[in-house]
Amino acid sequence: MSKVRVLVGTRKGAFILTADGKRDKWEVSGPHFGGWEIYHVKGSPVDPNRIFVSQTSGWFGQIIQRSDDGGKTWDTPGGEKMPKPGEFPAGGSNKFVYDATPEHGKPLTTHQWYDGTQHPWEFKRVWHLEPSLTDPDTVYAGVEDAGLFRTTDGGKSWNELAGLRGHGTGPQWQPGAGGLCLHSIILDPKDPKKIYIAISAAGAFRSDDGGKTWKPINQGLVSSHIPDPKAEIGHCVHHIAMSPKRPGVLFMQKHWDVMRSDNGGDKWTEVSGNLPTDFGFVVDVHAHEPETIYVVPIKSDGEHFVPEGKLRVYRSRTGGNEWEALTKGLPQCDCYVNVLRDAMAVDSLDSCGIYFGTTGGQVYASADAGNKWAPIVRDLPAVLSVEVQTLQ
Amino acid sequence: MIKVVLPPHLKTLAKISGDVDLEVSGPVTQRSILDALEARYPMLCGTIRDHGTLQRRPFLRFFACEEDLTHESPDAPVPADVASGREPFFIIGAIAGG
Repeated sequence: MSKVRVLVGTRKGAFILTADGKRDKWEVSGPHFGGWEIYHVKGSPVDPNRIFVSQTSGWFGQIIQRSDDGGKTWDTPGGEKMPKPGEFPAGGSNKFVYDATPEHGKPLTTHQWYDGTQHPWEFKRVWHLEPSLTDPDTVYAGVEDAGLFRTTDGGKSWNELAGLRGHGTGPQWQPGAGGLCLHSIILDPKDPKKIYIAISAAGAFRSDDGGKTWKPINQGLVSSHIPDPKAEIGHCVHHIAMSPKRPGVLFMQKHWDVMRSDNGGDKWTEVSGNLPTDFGFVVDVHAHEPETIYVVPIKSDGEHFVPEGKLRVYRSRTGGNEWEALTKGLPQCDCYVNVLRDAMAVDSLDSCGIYFGTTGGQVYASADAGNKWAPIVRDLPAVLSVEVQTLQ
Repeated sequence: MIKVVLPPHLKTLAKISGDVDLEVSGPVTQRSILDALEARYPMLCGTIRDHGTLQRRPFLRFFACEEDLTHESPDAPVPADVASGREPFFIIGAIAGG
């Protein structure tokens, strides 16, 4: 029988929630890495028992953890092995060094700071880990300050794909309120050379050659703070999503506005429609219905909680514009949580399961595509990310 | 033998429960202690000092013999009681955090 494994990153550790295909009885394991901020936990589609974790701390910096047994045991890739006498210690699994070599053009040393001056690129943490669709040893990492890294040795060492920062607009990127973070990475299942990423507050970008070269894909986005309607960058993209069943059709939750693109990001159109507010962080797509999408509207950029004290997931079955509120099983009074950008996921069972976590520490699940919801757990630390694995 | 006391999170990361006893060759300084520590526990690379610059991470401090050694030169000799193993070298990670 199928199983699902929900991987939850929180402000104070990681949790693994498991259930059978009915998804009504859950086992909770954790906290793993208690006390550390866990920005993201994601399993390899090729080897589901291989799970990667971004573990961070203001004191101790960035750690990458890996499990090869579905989260029972963990190791820092390469760092677990005692070096032989005279051998330099590995410890490269947490080493993210920006590539500023002359081979990649002029040195990539600064980006725009909040006050308009140039500021050195400084690595802070890994926001998102995206395991390869074909190779269990290859993973992409989106980091703050914004850059894209890749490992091809299971996380032992990481190298920057410097063509992204170096494509030309990098010095104009500036941080959003949460930092200059690369938070979304989408790999195209039909075209292994196509990669989509998004950065707050630079925008969305696409590579058509496996990450060597990049171009901004932000035409059609409108942001009130940017006077130029054709501005290539500067948009605060909060998240992007794509159905693996229909590559090239992208959905975006921007700072304000829900958007879609039917041509790989070349042109975006707004699909906010009848949403009560089009500010928000998450957006995701039904596993089997590429026109069914989900968002959680948030009151405003100044008030990061759901409007009217009601936690409502909004679903569109028409690819946007026409939205319905999904409320059954969700609190409808005195609720003031947020759902952060990586904190929603869908499973691939026949009746598609939807999962999301809140800054109040609840993780909700729906086994029927959003019609009814129930909490899996209610009192975790603030949830930063939710991913789900469908296991056979 | 130098005795090093790590903060709890780094003990967990290094998968050790007690203090660390290290053999340090040559002059005993902050740098040589950290070099030996990272050689023995490679997963600690980058957690106490930056990978590239080897600068101490901002919220970590070094103490020994009831003295704050944080701002001493990394190449200055540590107190004799640390070098002889009579007193531990403390790496403290919880001064700030809010």
